[in-house]
Amino acid sequence: MQYMLLICGGPEAAEHAEDGCGGWSEEMAERGVLRGGAGLRPPQEATTVRVRSDEVLLSDGPFAETREQVGGFCLIECADLDEAVEIASKHPAATYGSIEVRPLWQP
Amino acid sequence: MTDVHAALVRAFRDEWGQVVATLIRLTGDWDLAEECAQDAFARAVRSWPRDGVPRRPGAWLTTAARHRALDRLRRDVVGEAKLREVAAMTFPDDEDFDDSGVPDDRLRLMFTCCHPALSLDSQVALTLRTLAGLTPAEIARALLVAEPALKKRLVRAKQKIRHAGIPYRVPPAHLLPERTPAVLAVLYLLFNEGYSATAGADLLRRELSAEAIRLARVLHRLMPDEPEAAGLLALLLLQDARRDARVDDHGDLVLLEDQDRARWDHAEIDEGVALLDAALRRGAPGPYQVQAAIAACHDRAARAQDTDWPQIAALYGRLASMTRSPVVELNRAVAVGMAAGPAAGLRALSDVDLPGYHLLPATRAEFLRRLGRRSEAADAYREALRLVTSDAERRFLTRRLAEVGCAP
Repeated sequence: MQYMLLICGGPEAAEHAEDGCGGWSEEMAERGVLRGGAGLRPPQEATTVRVRSDEVLLSDGPFAETREQVGGFCLIECADLDEAVEIASKHPAATYGSIEVRPLWQP
Repeated sequence: MTDVHAALVRAFRDEWGQVVATLIRLTGDWDLAEECAQDAFARAVRSWPRDGVPRRPGAWLTTAARHRALDRLRRDVVGEAKLREVAAMTFPDDEDFDDSGVPDDRLRLMFTCCHPALSLDSQVALTLRTLAGLTPAEIARALLVAEPALKKRLVRAKQKIRHAGIPYRVPPAHLLPERTPAVLAVLYLLFNEGYSATAGADLLRRELSAEAIRLARVLHRLMPDEPEAAGLLALLLLQDARRDARVDDHGDLVLLEDQDRARWDHAEIDEGVALLDAALRRGAPGPYQVQAAIAACHDRAARAQDTDWPQIAALYGRLASMTRSPVVELNRAVAVGMAAGPAAGLRALSDVDLPGYHLLPATRAEFLRRLGRRSEAADAYREALRLVTSDAERRFLTRRLAEVGCAP
């Protein structure tokens, strides 16, 4: 399945602008899960991922707070939502902002 | 004839979840699975009175549902690939067929219904629909929401499962610790929906409690090494044991200390206590085991005055450190008040922060009343009355207010 990861950051996001992605891109490129762009399924089928104190927090739906804005995105292809969440929760932005996981329309 | 009817009712209660779960695994289609299960039960209603109850009703129903699925897919061109898959699937009848190491489709279904990417509301609704076989109308009534809204919620949840790729499987071992609590929480919610029964809707609700206990048994049997699963089952049994004594003939709540303990279900208490002791021996106490231990302290007291309040206060202290819930702090203060007197209870209450919750002023009022501080008690009762929502509790508080108000 294909998923778009929408990476949202709050006010602190600017502090992380120069962070790089902690080896995430390299790991995901090696796993062969990174893809191009496409249309997304509706927001109610989204799952939002946050990592706080090493705990993965999932929400049903798009739950970026208004102070959080999309700062970037990645398209991935993997087996199911559990793997998509695992990939999203490894992204460093999940530890300060949040990442909305949206499935794509399947052909 | 009545035997056949009883067998049908029992089969629906015991086998519905398994039939639906198996069909979901075979077809990957939740709606098709439910329709085929319904069709299989409709067939049973027609043929069992004529041909007799099959030796293994579950296997009979699953086979009937699978045939129905094959029929449906055969007529459906896009289902062709799926059809080959389902038709090719050999169908051993015995329990030992399994590819995940966990021998039950129902457990997979439970973890799918309780996936953390679904809202808690959807988790409860899906569990009731898919595992317990309740109709949307029954679920709407049980959860106090409008039926169209509930239906919409079910449709959305199933759509999300299909489109977002929520897997139909028991999560890998490293995810179990964080997902089991969601499953336990849904079962506990389900039980509470039935346990907080009020007159009128109480027939359906008692069924919900029974269903929660049944599913907790399934979970415990399938995860015998998970002490919190045992703790939850023990807790449900120990609470359910008091069901008949909790409400009087007028539908009013009967306080624990006033309940007729002869009406408690002592077989259920014995089973709950044995389960809890076995779970505690594993040395990994969690919130459900601690709550079960508290329920066991109440259930084992032959008379209200024999209750081991110091032990209960200590257990609430333990629970408060695990959950950090102000409601637990409130309960701890009540237990301290019972163990060490109303003045100590009042002191324990001073740290509890629970704005808008009527039981906080009600408890303070109770301590003040017992200390003889009647006008302060009356103020606290009035505050509680402003916040209370249930009629039975309002009557109780009004009675208490009259008692302190009318005294000199």
